[in-house]
Amino acid sequence: MGEHHGPATGMTRWLFTTNHKDIGTLYLWFSFAMFIIGGAFAMVIRAELFQPGMQMVSPAFFNQMTTLHGLVMVFGAIMPSFVGLANWLIPMMIGAPDMALPRMNNLSFWLLPFAFTVLLSSLFMEGGAPNFGWTFYAPLSTTYAPPSVTFFIFGVHIMGASSIMGSINIIATVMNMRAPGMTYMKMPLFVWTWLITAFLLVAVMPVLAGAVTMMLMDIHFGTSFFNAAGGGDPVLFQHVFWFFGHPEVYIIILPAFGVVSQIIPAFSRKPLFGYDSMVYATASIAFLSFIVWAHHMYTVGMPIAGELFFMYATMLIAVPTGVKVFNWITTMFKGSISFETPMLFCIAFVFLFTIGGFSGLMLAIAPADTQYHDSYFVVAHFHYVMVAGAVFSMSAAVYYWLPKWCGRMYDETMGKIHFWVAFIGFNITFFPQHFVGLAGMPRRIPDYSLQFADFNMISSVGAFIYGGAQILFLYNVIRTIVAGKKVDDPKVWDGAEGLEWTLPTPAPYHTFTTPPQVK
Amino acid sequence: MYRHAKQLWQLAIFPLIAVVGGFSASVVAEPERWEVNMPVGATEVSRSIYDIHMLIFGISCVIGVAVFSFMFYSLWAYRKTKGHKPATFHDNTTVEILWTVVPFFILLGMAWPATKTMIEIYDTKDADMDILVTGYQWKWSYEYLREDGENIKFFSALATPQEEIYGSSGKNENYLLEVDNPMVIPAGKKVRLLLTANDVIHSWWVPDLGVKKDAIPGFVNEAWTRVNEEGLYRGQCAELCGKDHGFMPIVVKVTSPAEFDSWIGEKQQEATEIKELMAQNFSLEELMERGEAVYQRACLACHGANGEGGVGKAIAGSPVAMGDIGNHIDIVVNGVPGTAMQAFGGQLNDLEAAAVTTYQRNAFGNNMGELVQAVDVYNFKKGGGE
Repeated sequence: MGEHHGPATGMTRWLFTTNHKDIGTLYLWFSFAMFIIGGAFAMVIRAELFQPGMQMVSPAFFNQMTTLHGLVMVFGAIMPSFVGLANWLIPMMIGAPDMALPRMNNLSFWLLPFAFTVLLSSLFMEGGAPNFGWTFYAPLSTTYAPPSVTFFIFGVHIMGASSIMGSINIIATVMNMRAPGMTYMKMPLFVWTWLITAFLLVAVMPVLAGAVTMMLMDIHFGTSFFNAAGGGDPVLFQHVFWFFGHPEVYIIILPAFGVVSQIIPAFSRKPLFGYDSMVYATASIAFLSFIVWAHHMYTVGMPIAGELFFMYATMLIAVPTGVKVFNWITTMFKGSISFETPMLFCIAFVFLFTIGGFSGLMLAIAPADTQYHDSYFVVAHFHYVMVAGAVFSMSAAVYYWLPKWCGRMYDETMGKIHFWVAFIGFNITFFPQHFVGLAGMPRRIPDYSLQFADFNMISSVGAFIYGGAQILFLYNVIRTIVAGKKVDDPKVWDGAEGLEWTLPTPAPYHTFTTPPQVK
Repeated sequence: MYRHAKQLWQLAIFPLIAVVGGFSASVVAEPERWEVNMPVGATEVSRSIYDIHMLIFGISCVIGVAVFSFMFYSLWAYRKTKGHKPATFHDNTTVEILWTVVPFFILLGMAWPATKTMIEIYDTKDADMDILVTGYQWKWSYEYLREDGENIKFFSALATPQEEIYGSSGKNENYLLEVDNPMVIPAGKKVRLLLTANDVIHSWWVPDLGVKKDAIPGFVNEAWTRVNEEGLYRGQCAELCGKDHGFMPIVVKVTSPAEFDSWIGEKQQEATEIKELMAQNFSLEELMERGEAVYQRACLACHGANGEGGVGKAIAGSPVAMGDIGNHIDIVVNGVPGTAMQAFGGQLNDLEAAAVTTYQRNAFGNNMGELVQAVDVYNFKKGGGE
């Protein structure tokens, strides 16, 4: 019986595991590895853009870097990191012994290393890696693509399969495995946001698969889905891509909302304000995300009725997003607030994500987007929501739950240093990009005219600082796991609420084999 | 309104810059290099866009200051070290409804002017003249559609020398924003732009005109502009279009209507002269000289300065350049479908195509000793080659 109570030993533990905690750990380490690789690509980009003129790489290689940076960060770093978090936390939060479909859980993780091996191997192929941007607009990504595009297509297919399986698993778990008394409206907000995210994933990943399959057909089987010369339509590609792509950005940010909604109440020592409205706001954002895709295409030449529809729909998203921000801040109001590392990251999240929200509102305005579109203003905007949003909330989550996972406390001073270096580095990198974007610098260019030189140099310096902060993060996490101060209080944080904090610390390999009763 | 708004912006942004970068002094001294905002621009549309931009930015700032003040106040006033006991409230339907409804009406206030400007941008009717703008990897062509049928067409490519980009030589003030042939338009006239592309999607963007429109193969998009002030307006391709996406600038030269008419006359005269030239036969030296110039403009980016190849195949020792002449002309004129090798039949005139073919067959050690004359290209095209 002994082997049923603990993990197997050696490599097989990780290869064959069906344990949600092991799989969560695998996802988290994999996503961090991808974060470092994608970050290295970003460093190449910022090194080349340090000053005007071409110094480090060729324009062709520069394009490969921007493309892979985007793909690796979106599909390799951010998405899997939140799946890892979901694996670790959802069963513990709803009082379930494990995920509903443990073998599929194993498969959905182990597909990922193959997907990214296929994608990254293209760097060493003749003609180089994909160079058409992470949005891979046809016909640049079809007729004019390097031969490695086929590997890219299969890589996307495999990671899509992985995502779909992961999200089916989450839906099945949340719907079927809640402990007695854990009604939907009692679920922690992190579980809610992930449930809604999982539905988004199931809805749009097949659309992405359809888009890349049409590309594959165009490239190898003589079809003309996206080729105007053959009666096809290059703009069709953009519609299909963004029908996936816009919900995708909410797939990334909704779990981050969930994390922040768990952590802010804990360190404010006060219940989350407006739980119900938070749930409804999340659902509204998810719904709206399906009817705003063409705001990425304001300059494509849509009829004006289309432009206006997508503008109004996009502006509406500001309403539920605003509700969330107001709720978080009102949660802090009249609390008893302490500023441990997870809380610092969450406060920075609210502050910087809101700035990203404002620039998002500006971008929603179709006539103004005539100037913003495809400029560095867009780059600044989405890094404010993706990095200060998703990545900051992920850092907060790791510091918050790490003691529960491994029974050891991280070094608070080092955590705070990590936070401040990341916060300052991030803003030095991305705030000036608003300026160069407004002043007319297009995105995805390897070299720029002289009036953009100063802000670009500042931006590059910031990027190196931000990159360095991640090394500190890695060191702090490893040091905690190996030599952190032991904690055994089930409630690591005095303000933390939820079923996961009723479990022993560190969380045993199997938990809630008998479901708890939720009152 | 925009002037007033500009002052407002500066008031708002300068302390911000001072905080973020600590270099507010340089901002004042060199406003052009440290530009932080969108240009007001030179057209009615660009001014409307600027006004909307400043309006939304201003509203965002006001809301931002209010929200962040509340947040930082709460963080400060209710910090744990102060020994405050946390309240327990967690719901209030009234405030939830309030902060759903109020933003909605603020958004309505933004949507109104935005819609008006959008209609203005889309109003391409009653233009005084039409220009067909075509995006190529990696240059633009401008074709002036004339009522007399004598259209004028030319290419406009980056004029910055490679040494400035790759070498250590100094960069001139219009680095990467200069072209060999600017698009010329008359001041005060409504110019309609018809945009399309030859290969991949490009996007024609001149910030000062408030125009950005995608140029898409197989589509013709419309945009328009009317610039009253004469001068040079610079922009760039805004949609990733491959290797040299960062190196295909746009320059619009706005002249007086009289100057514009004489420019049109010159261009027509040039076209007639080229027609006459094409009837002549040239010596190898003359063709090589012309061919080298064409090569540097049209082939070098992909095939390399010494024909060593790159994105495209090597020309030096190439089986095409050292093989059948007919096949070589065919590839120059029609390209290789399904690859990045474009059809140059429409981009080069017959003399240029002949000269560059001759050059490729005799340069880089190919030394075939053969001549291709304009008439050969002409006959090839006439014989069903195109």
